[in-house]
Amino acid sequence: MAIIEVKNLVKVFNDEIRAVDGISFQIEQGEIFGFLGPNGAGKTTTINMLCTLIRPTSGVATVCGHDIIKQPDEVRKCIGLVFQDTTLDDRLTARENLELHARLYGVPKSDRQKRINEVFELVELSNRANSLVKTFSGGMQRRLEIARGLIHYPKVLFLDEPTLGLDPQTRKHVWDYILKLKREYKITIMMTTHYMEEADELCDRVAIIDHGKIIALNTQKNLKNSLGGDTIILDIPDEDVEKVKKVFKKSKIFDSQVLLSVKNAGREIKKVLEKAKKNKIEVVEANIRKPTLNDVFLHLTGREIREETVSLREELKRRRMMRGH
Amino acid sequence: MREIEAVYTVWLREMLRYVREKSRMIGSLAMPIFWLLIFGSSIRTSIDVGVDYTSFIAPGIITMALMFNSIFSGISVIWDRELGFMKEMLAAPISRLSIVAGKALGGATTALIQATFMLLLIFGIKSFASEYFIAVKMDALVFLMMIPMMVLIALGLVGLGIAIASRLDTLEGFGLIMQFVIMPMFFLSGALFPINNLPNSIRIVTYLDPMTYGVEMLRSILIGFSSMSIILSFSVVLIFSCSMLLIGAYLFNKRS
Repeated sequence: MAIIEVKNLVKVFNDEIRAVDGISFQIEQGEIFGFLGPNGAGKTTTINMLCTLIRPTSGVATVCGHDIIKQPDEVRKCIGLVFQDTTLDDRLTARENLELHARLYGVPKSDRQKRINEVFELVELSNRANSLVKTFSGGMQRRLEIARGLIHYPKVLFLDEPTLGLDPQTRKHVWDYILKLKREYKITIMMTTHYMEEADELCDRVAIIDHGKIIALNTQKNLKNSLGGDTIILDIPDEDVEKVKKVFKKSKIFDSQVLLSVKNAGREIKKVLEKAKKNKIEVVEANIRKPTLNDVFLHLTGREIREETVSLREELKRRRMMRGH
Repeated sequence: MREIEAVYTVWLREMLRYVREKSRMIGSLAMPIFWLLIFGSSIRTSIDVGVDYTSFIAPGIITMALMFNSIFSGISVIWDRELGFMKEMLAAPISRLSIVAGKALGGATTALIQATFMLLLIFGIKSFASEYFIAVKMDALVFLMMIPMMVLIALGLVGLGIAIASRLDTLEGFGLIMQFVIMPMFFLSGALFPINNLPNSIRIVTYLDPMTYGVEMLRSILIGFSSMSIILSFSVVLIFSCSMLLIGAYLFNKRS
């Protein structure tokens, strides 16, 4: 049985905004499952429903075999949560934050210190355990939150935009921890992100979500393959455009760029260049592009997953509103 | 049992924060002390309230310390929301009621510590300068009776703070609350003047202010002088505190 099962989950805010519009999926034990989509696609709302923070309008879901509506406490005990905005008490020390968490989740007293030290080591914060959280950098706070989410030994860890607002280096660092969790603890992870590379790097399977609907769900490899292969891009002088149209009938031409869809660009580029030479088309530059998840999204929706189009602050504020806080 | 641990945890956090925030500790004492020392000692010779004036306002000033701390603690729910820690509590496998109970007990504890400090300060001044607080009864029994009464008032006020916090989105309204809730409640409570001689129109408002009964209740115990029976004042405070806690818990639950 899948560790998370979701059927036709719907969430409507204020009778009009269909934030999540009938999604279904299953997550297997031990997998890293990614929810990829633009801001406002319904990723966080879905997570909030699965974590029993908000009630679905309709649909059913089970987490670790417990119904999210009928057994919220059972669900809560078996999951760990890392929200996109920090939920630490920055006036307390790192250790105090973890101790409070252990108590809130009913970790037996005899186990508390052992587990706290264990998670501190995991995220390499042991030497800062007794510092106030407000002295921590953004990346350290995120690591501490991941550590905190693990104290009660959850079976599933939910990560909502785990690297939002972090610099690239710190982001890489957080990725390493996430992969370590899967490798060493066999923990199931469901994460949301709107960073393509993040989903690509970490996940076993990705669901692409847009306007509250899942528009594709598969491994990254299969999603990319579904586009029919690679793209060869030729830069040509303007006067050769007409020639190209005759020679490469299936190409798409934008200004002076020719896009050719092929199965395996590495193998076929030689043939393409020879054909161009034979027809006296001058190729200024030739490039190969392997498909990215962004191309998949572009193909499915006709739009790009835009990153950071609104300022971060505004975005967080809007999300907080949607959550009713 | 789980929920008791949860209430304790929320309370524990309030305590940890309290000992960290020295400025809050001192800040919320400064105002009552100024009132007590400057206002009390300067006006005592020119006002006749039927009893030594510093003694008369002592219970009112203790109430002031309770008000600042309790309402502030209740309103800190907004901080918790902005800080994000509220989400950590809401997502934990504990009931909302435990969160409210932990917040209320935490707020009441800090208020009690501050108010007890004020009470001991009054006792201390009386021991060294006996012309002040002449009517204040300084004995163990009075002290022991004051504690539960102060807790009772504090709980009601934390409930009020939580109720306000549940209706406010941001801390921007905080100044307004100070001006339109805390200050009027204090000034209309009879903390600084006897209420029986007031013109009728103001007296009615005074009787609608729950803090009037809080002040009169503490006054009955501390100096044995009051404009109403302690049974009346105690009953009203009891009803006020219970209903504020219920309203606070209800609004908190509704909001989150």
